[in-house]
Amino acid sequence: MFFQYVFNGIAVGMAYALVAVGYSLVFGILRLINFSHGAVYAFGAHVVLLFIGLRYPIWIGILVSIFLTGILGVLIDKFALAPLRKKKSLPIASLITTIGVSYIIQNLLMIFFGSERKSFPNFFDMGGLNLANVPVTSSQLFLFVISLLLLLVLTLIVKKTRIGLAMQAVEQNTKAAHLMGINVNFVITFTFFLGGASAAIAGALMAGYYQLVYPTMGFLVGLKAFAAAILGGIGILYGSVVGGLVVGLSESLASGYIGGTYRDAAAFVILIIILIIKPTGLFGKKGISKV
Amino acid sequence: MLNIRGLNTRYGQIHALKGIDMRIEKGEIVTLIGSNGAGKSTLLNTISGIVPASGGEILFQGENITNMAPHFIVKRGISMSPEGREVFPALTVAQNLRLGAYSKKAKDLDGSYERVYTLFPRLKERLPQAAGTLSGGEQQMLAIGRALMADPVLLLLDEPSLGLAPNLVLLIFDLIQSINDQGVTILLIEQNANAALSVAHRAYVLETGNITLDGPAEELSQNDAVRRAYLGGK
Repeated sequence: MFFQYVFNGIAVGMAYALVAVGYSLVFGILRLINFSHGAVYAFGAHVVLLFIGLRYPIWIGILVSIFLTGILGVLIDKFALAPLRKKKSLPIASLITTIGVSYIIQNLLMIFFGSERKSFPNFFDMGGLNLANVPVTSSQLFLFVISLLLLLVLTLIVKKTRIGLAMQAVEQNTKAAHLMGINVNFVITFTFFLGGASAAIAGALMAGYYQLVYPTMGFLVGLKAFAAAILGGIGILYGSVVGGLVVGLSESLASGYIGGTYRDAAAFVILIIILIIKPTGLFGKKGISKV
Repeated sequence: MLNIRGLNTRYGQIHALKGIDMRIEKGEIVTLIGSNGAGKSTLLNTISGIVPASGGEILFQGENITNMAPHFIVKRGISMSPEGREVFPALTVAQNLRLGAYSKKAKDLDGSYERVYTLFPRLKERLPQAAGTLSGGEQQMLAIGRALMADPVLLLLDEPSLGLAPNLVLLIFDLIQSINDQGVTILLIEQNANAALSVAHRAYVLETGNITLDGPAEELSQNDAVRRAYLGGK
């Protein structure tokens, strides 16, 4: 049984990592925890559901969802957060705003889709694999591989492209980034798009894995991914991956050995312990002011 | 080339610039002297669009650039090396230089790199190193080199010799002279008013948000009031 728990934990953990990167990217640029991210993830899954309902092939639903959810991220920034930045309001105002936005999105999803749990096809289940008696399922493997690939793509964008260099510049010194001729507002927009797009993919993958979609599905996943981002050291991409794996494994092992009731608590117990030992998270740097 | 008329800048309650008039001609080095808090950095930040002007106008090559977004101002040919260097500490020297020419395409930068390496051979040796690990003098060279990467028409230098050892101060002023010889117009802010007046063609004296004196640098360096206030003379 142990290996089943481990493989489940790793697969789910990678999906958490994909959501966690969204927190990390936005935090890096704005020093803001974007608590609407979990609802954005739920929105992504619902867009796919909508297209499945309209009898489109699922990959079309996912592509549209990546685009629309990315746009949703951008709109949240443009309409709710950018005006606050312009007014130089307190960081806490932006934080509260993201919580408010999260409920607005959740409620809109309830209005349009209903609040009940809807079944979602596991579009990547090809049955159990039997690799040398290791009980890994094809959907675990798929969840893991796709999340890993996307995390690599995100890392490449940040580390190897011109816009990624601009993101790093804005993160390290926004004033100097302006002086370099970087359009900082565009960099922020792009970052929100990336966060939204990766949340859409994570949403579709997790909806398929659990075969469930519902408006509040992003609440706990959002909190756990946030925990993963903090665990790994927020603002650091590979930290989010390790954080996601720690969260995924701890909840999977806890629900296997202690009981399902303890599943959600386990991740946060680990979070608290790690933060007591290393307040900046596993890979965190000192001197980042947290909001 | 740069014409500033009646420029006002406020930070909330603080009225930092109270109607500045200033002009810079092509090919000049103009220096701005004044004590701490006189508004020198505010003036540079307002020109580069980092801080909004509350009144007046800034004309650059005939175009009104007042309150334009900073990235458009860089595109028009004004680059700044800010006070305190403000390099990107976790990025390499090479990445910092690339960012200096962010609005340009990578393939068009050979000439810009060549010029920066000629002026600052040290930077070429340090290309793969994180900027945060450089010495103060090297960081200053990087800040100036980075500003030059955009191939500016007008270079704004905010306290380039601050905190540097005396021999490095001399080197920096030599380099300012060489950059100007290459045809770059320079607006220089300096604590070290002696050195600034020695390289500058013209100078402005800024006191609590007002220009109180201006004229050829040589003339100002002979002025009694200037000598008493800024040059440590009697």
